[in-house]
Amino acid sequence: MDKNINITLKVWRQRGPKEKGAFETYQLKDISQGTSFLEMLDILNEQLVNEGKEPVVFDHDCREGICGMCSLYIDGHPHGPDTEITTCQLHMRKFDDGATITIEPWRSAGFPVIRDLMVDRYAYDKIIQAGGFVSINTGGIPDANAIPIPKKDADLAMDAAACIGCGACAAACKNGSAMLFVSAKVSQLALLPQGRVEAARRAKAMVSKMDELGFGNCTNTRACEAECPKAVSISNIARLNREFIKAKLQD
Amino acid sequence: MWLLNSSIGKKLIMSISGIFLVLFLTFHAAMNVAAVFSEEAYNMICSLLGANWYAVAATIVLAGIVVLHFVYALMLTLQNRKARGNDSYAVNVRQKNVTWASKNMFVLGIIVIGFMLLHFAQFWYKMMFAELLGFHHVTLGGMEVSPQDGAAFINFYFSHLWVVIAYLIWYVALWFHLTHGIWSGIQTIGWSNNLWIKRWKVISNIYATLLMAAFAFVTIFFYLKSLCDGSCC
Repeated sequence: MDKNINITLKVWRQRGPKEKGAFETYQLKDISQGTSFLEMLDILNEQLVNEGKEPVVFDHDCREGICGMCSLYIDGHPHGPDTEITTCQLHMRKFDDGATITIEPWRSAGFPVIRDLMVDRYAYDKIIQAGGFVSINTGGIPDANAIPIPKKDADLAMDAAACIGCGACAAACKNGSAMLFVSAKVSQLALLPQGRVEAARRAKAMVSKMDELGFGNCTNTRACEAECPKAVSISNIARLNREFIKAKLQD
Repeated sequence: MWLLNSSIGKKLIMSISGIFLVLFLTFHAAMNVAAVFSEEAYNMICSLLGANWYAVAATIVLAGIVVLHFVYALMLTLQNRKARGNDSYAVNVRQKNVTWASKNMFVLGIIVIGFMLLHFAQFWYKMMFAELLGFHHVTLGGMEVSPQDGAAFINFYFSHLWVVIAYLIWYVALWFHLTHGIWSGIQTIGWSNNLWIKRWKVISNIYATLLMAAFAFVTIFFYLKSLCDGSCC
């Protein structure tokens, strides 16, 4: 049964990208466990506004786990302690009465803090712009069986396409590596006939953009896979390595 | 050059050099185990290697691979620290499925290299290096032995408890390094998928364990032998 709980929040406050940040502690009383985590932050902000203080800045949009806009590093986990969900899908019933919850922004050189808990994730868009697309006209929606695609490949492509580009992988990685994201984006297209045509060019362009933006080198710790809200597998990273090495050897 | 410039290229260098080093360790372990069964056979291998041109050439290649593996590890680690940024998280949790070794490969590598220097000072310096300088005898704890008498070296060093303990620590560090290193190297080449990643992880654990068990067995065997002074075996 959901009950009402009292919690202590330790929230990272930082006024701007260049300014020094610090943790602030806030008390919240009588929070229903049926509240979502972001609603709890809304309640906190309501309380701060009423006290005449600056509300906490955090990213959010769809609040149903598909847009990839929410972030937050909660108690040592991107998207909180639950598995395979985004922060907006996290509910307060995951926390006990009297709990202290630490909320930090993504910390990675590739994602500089804009303010408080909001970080600049434009780097991921730049990687997509470098090659994460199909440049041929694929026409309208074809009949389901017009192009035969093995079920296995279709499933793998769909699993990779589940990536919402939220940045949890790079945030969780001790090396600040974006390999899980890039590998998912390369895989979802490389596995399908429409995307296969440009697979080599895409793998090279996206990896080179990723390196250029200063993301780290993957050491296969698997922290990304464990924290990914969409459970994207590191077998995609093996595929990206394969695609990249093959493309370079062909040059 | 993509091998030197791209992140995946640099990792490929780590992967291939690492796999070569695993193959070398396999050869070294096999050679050591021979000493348990016959010290003469072991000495024969030692003299076959000795300061012959092919052994010297192979040693130079091997040293090159170790240097390559280390220099690239250093380069990648520094880059990764920079990519991580200066701000660290206040709360750090190691996720399930993430092994301790995988997050400490560089530290483990430093430990391995540290003990490797000890090993070089004890064995290589007085064996191949002495022979290269043209010595036919080296002193080993007051004895005069041939630099090709590998068995005498093993018997001498592994009769000291501190040497035995130091080597066992070395094997443990190497075991951790290999349990992550082997499958990780194969993943970097791209030779893995949802099914094989589990298999490679199991293979890494078994292979690292067998390899280190072989090294540890020889070390402990010669220590026990020194305790009973040859009277019991």
